[in-house]
Amino acid sequence: MASVKGPLSPHLTVYKWQITMVLSILHRATGVFLSIGLLLISYWLLSVASGTESFDNLSNHLNSWYGKAVLIAFTFSIYLHLCNGIRHLFWDSGLGFEIKTSNITGYITAIASVLLTVLSWVIGGGL
Amino acid sequence: MAEFTLPKNSKVKKGKTFSAADGAKNKKTFKIYRWEPDSGENPRIDSYEINLDNCGPMVLDALIYIKNDIDPTLTFRRSCREGICGSCAMNINGTNTLACTKYISDSNRDIPVYPLPHMEVKKDLVPNLTHFYAQYASIKPWIQTQTAPPPDKERLQSKEDREKLDGLYECILCACCSTSCPSYWWNSDRYLGPAILLQAYRWIADSRDEYTGERLDDLEDPFRLYRCHTIMNCTNTCPKGLNPAKSIAEIKKLLVNRTL
Repeated sequence: MASVKGPLSPHLTVYKWQITMVLSILHRATGVFLSIGLLLISYWLLSVASGTESFDNLSNHLNSWYGKAVLIAFTFSIYLHLCNGIRHLFWDSGLGFEIKTSNITGYITAIASVLLTVLSWVIGGGL
Repeated sequence: MAEFTLPKNSKVKKGKTFSAADGAKNKKTFKIYRWEPDSGENPRIDSYEINLDNCGPMVLDALIYIKNDIDPTLTFRRSCREGICGSCAMNINGTNTLACTKYISDSNRDIPVYPLPHMEVKKDLVPNLTHFYAQYASIKPWIQTQTAPPPDKERLQSKEDREKLDGLYECILCACCSTSCPSYWWNSDRYLGPAILLQAYRWIADSRDEYTGERLDDLEDPFRLYRCHTIMNCTNTCPKGLNPAKSIAEIKKLLVNRTL
């Protein structure tokens, strides 16, 4: 019998999104995003070293609405990556693998990173 | 490299609709993935509206009802109808499970039924599991020893050592967990996946096996083991309530501990 190479069954488009899966992909996305942030920090340090004019120039951009939007995104990313990273440390030691536990720690991670982002901007007076 | 979209020949089209007979009160619609190898056409979704008063409580009952009474061309694997053979593993309501232990009443919406995700389809709900079984064989799923067995009795195990196999020996290799894992979707050519790693751990954890070191050597690989990123889909979806993610973490712990 001639064998026909069958189609690939649907995956991402049919699989039900769950908190654990969402946080996993966000952990990677924020990790990539934060490594881009490293470039921004380097650029910021360079602008400090290059004198008042270049520093003011960058500051103006960072203090604009779009600059703040980017910085808020970085703040959220760093908190999410940090909180989820702590979750990963527990997993690496073999703890927290029960379905209920991993869901609860997932929601705690998500809520905590939003709260910490808001707190940082309110307390820091950055808004 | 991960392909996030389906290849051209795999894109799913809209299919036929079968309505329940007039007068049916207790109706339910199943949206089922269909693919006919001889047709040369793309896969499609057929809608079957059935009268639940004529049908048992499980999704497998509905599939059998459809095959017997509505559309005999519908193809799926099934055997034991009690959750021990693993044949009827498929994607129902968006997660992988056994059709025979999944209640129709778990969802009050239409029920989508797909083959196990990211697998080559042989026909309708039947995926090709050849590669999965080959991966299973690769971990040598049998006891390996160097010492001679005792002449007058079996190799015995303490109660405590036997208990270490609880949560492992119950795995029926239905492939629900492996095909729920995005890492397995993108890297199944080299990543063993949760089911096979749980099985590998089952032999590592067995006090009678004398090849623990060699088994760990075989797994210490960036792809075979370490493509697990604790996404947790495996544990969430296991129809037997097992915890492959934890087994994988135990293997990783053993690998770290032996270097200390």
